[in-house]
Amino acid sequence: MAILNEEQEMLRDMARDWAKNESPVTEWRKVRRDGDEAAYDRNAYATMSEMGWAGVIIPEDHGGSDFGWLSAGLVIEELGKTITASPLVASTIAASAIIMGGSDEQKAKWLPKLASGEAVGTIAVDEGPRHDPSQIETSVSAGKISGTKAFVHEAHGADVFVVAAKDGLYLAEKGEGVSLSTRKLADLRSHAEVTFDGVAADKLASGKDTLIDDVLDRARVLTACEMLGMAQAIFDTTLDYLKQRVQFNQVLATFQALQHRMADLFADLALMRSAVEGGLQAIDGGFGISRAATQAKAEANRVLHLMSREGIQLHGGIGMTDEYDIGFYLKRARVLEASFGDTSYLKRRFAELSGY
Amino acid sequence: MATQPEIDTHSEEEAFREEVRQFLATHFPPELKGEGNPGAGIEGDLDETEAQKKWRLAMGERGWGTPTWPKEYGGGGLTRKQAAILNEELAKAGAYNPIGGMGVMMFGPTLLEFGSEEQKHEHIPPICKGEVRWCQGYSEPNAGSDLANLQTMAEDKGDHYLVNGQKTWTSGGQWADKCFCLVRTDRSDKHKGISFLLIDMDVPGVEVKPIQMISGMSPFCETFFTDVKVPKENLVGEEGQGWTIGKRLLQHERTNLSGGGSMARLMGASLSDIAKKYIGTDSEGRLADPVMRDRIADFEIRWNAFLLTARRAAEESKAQGGVSEISSVLKKVGTKLGQERAEMAIEIMGLQGLGWEGEGFTDSELRGVRAWLFGKATTIYGGSTEIQNNIIAKRVLGMLDHQ
Repeated sequence: MAILNEEQEMLRDMARDWAKNESPVTEWRKVRRDGDEAAYDRNAYATMSEMGWAGVIIPEDHGGSDFGWLSAGLVIEELGKTITASPLVASTIAASAIIMGGSDEQKAKWLPKLASGEAVGTIAVDEGPRHDPSQIETSVSAGKISGTKAFVHEAHGADVFVVAAKDGLYLAEKGEGVSLSTRKLADLRSHAEVTFDGVAADKLASGKDTLIDDVLDRARVLTACEMLGMAQAIFDTTLDYLKQRVQFNQVLATFQALQHRMADLFADLALMRSAVEGGLQAIDGGFGISRAATQAKAEANRVLHLMSREGIQLHGGIGMTDEYDIGFYLKRARVLEASFGDTSYLKRRFAELSGY
Repeated sequence: MATQPEIDTHSEEEAFREEVRQFLATHFPPELKGEGNPGAGIEGDLDETEAQKKWRLAMGERGWGTPTWPKEYGGGGLTRKQAAILNEELAKAGAYNPIGGMGVMMFGPTLLEFGSEEQKHEHIPPICKGEVRWCQGYSEPNAGSDLANLQTMAEDKGDHYLVNGQKTWTSGGQWADKCFCLVRTDRSDKHKGISFLLIDMDVPGVEVKPIQMISGMSPFCETFFTDVKVPKENLVGEEGQGWTIGKRLLQHERTNLSGGGSMARLMGASLSDIAKKYIGTDSEGRLADPVMRDRIADFEIRWNAFLLTARRAAEESKAQGGVSEISSVLKKVGTKLGQERAEMAIEIMGLQGLGWEGEGFTDSELRGVRAWLFGKATTIYGGSTEIQNNIIAKRVLGMLDHQ
């Protein structure tokens, strides 16, 4: 755990308590049962926003708290532990795009609403099932954007989309010309193919030429934070289970074969946490962000993948049941691993950034 | 007024920085710039040049080779912040710390905690001055991972102990002046029968035989004790306290061994630089072998995560006081990654990376082969990876003792 200041500790504790008491996995079961395509509890998101979580990276004069990325990551990690369904990650990514690339007008229009939770944002980049920001056909002519985006996260709840076109990022609002076609993935969260058919689009023109990469780097780190929370939760749950389950008249935790597997997972989890926190700290510090973000998501992919498989195996048959929670983590894990860069994409990117 | 102390602290720090700079300007021989400490390794005689000796004496006299150790025993008596400033200035000047070895890394900190006043005054100052080399008498032929099974016997003879037995894997035993040793003073209790004893290596009855390793080097020895008389005042702590003291020393050892980084430095260039040289690049500057490119990226991402973890462990320990729980993974992860790196380096070079000696190979190629082989020891010594896993499972994760 990175060294936190007092504000950050308070924020982390608040998020931890809320997730544990108000948003345990049973809340996700309710959302799933309700079957709403947006796949999150709007009241819960309103509460989260009231606590300031949607505005952690947003400047104070636009209604946020400007606590920084490490702080945002702490909250997202805690919510990941109980697999809380919310558009917080997507909306924070959208906010970061507007902060880095938006005009004063665009900032004034959207940031206060995103910070208060009144509006939800998301990002729409990929046009195929695998992350590849170099393959974009979406284009803009005379201020109207047209194109089709695949597997957009939190699309059903989104009021504003940060859309990647050939020549940069644009803001497009939901409404006429924006059509959603639901894509139900294994995690049962909100995903959709989104078609923009000549929709009024407002370019994010005030940022650097690397805006899209910069936003995607932040998307990778925030996603990795959610994954970190999930990996920690799987590890903790599995360790508890091994300490309780008795076979051959012994608790499983006394078997050395299992002890060494847990020691390995503990070490991997430590590496993952260091890489993810390193990504957040790089963004806060404004230095070496791309490499730090790429390695953060790559480590998150590697370790969560392993953790989710081992978690099921070490639980035995009960881990295969829908009644038990661990399956939710497995299914969500694969969706996040594929989002904003799978492992092979990230390794290629890491090599490029490192000059080989 | 509230900010006054900060300003004072700041100006004191700057004054100290200036003091270090002046010290370096006066005492650091410029011809040593960029060199490493010749006495840091466990292998080899200390054939110091005049300049190296001058630098060692200057730093030793000041106590700055062991900057945070108490001044009364010859240490620098510096605060952590001052020690950090010292390190920064040494690095800027391209100067190494000439005071090192097992006395600094392992024995000194342990003696400072458990030794008597007399022992501290006798043994710590020569360590601070780099005048004495210590070796570790722990492992025995039948006490490796099961260290507490050690059988070297120290029999109470009134004013002295009579020591008989055999130690093995005594790192640098053939060059050491003194040995800190775990011995048995009581056969009836496995752990409480162990004591921590200091033995001079030049007294009658001590015999050292270097062991030739697969690397061709002989950094480890067998050490035989036959009717060796050791004065009672060389007992550290109480009789029977050796296991407790010995384990504390191992914590210091593991912290220092965790940097598989030292092995990486032995290898010199990064894997990607080695690959650029031996495999070459395509027209866009990418490594010409795409599979190797992927494997190198995969390795370097994990290596970076390890370095970040080492940094985090240090920060956590400093902030919380005491040892961070993730410190327990550093030795196991760092040594494994160091080995993986060495394996990849020789693979990238092909058969050119396997030269044993003679013509057709560069020095760094030849050194790489020896380092690759020597590196196999890193996951075995200082508590093997399997022992580290037991420690993590039981002490950190609270998994119960296996049957």
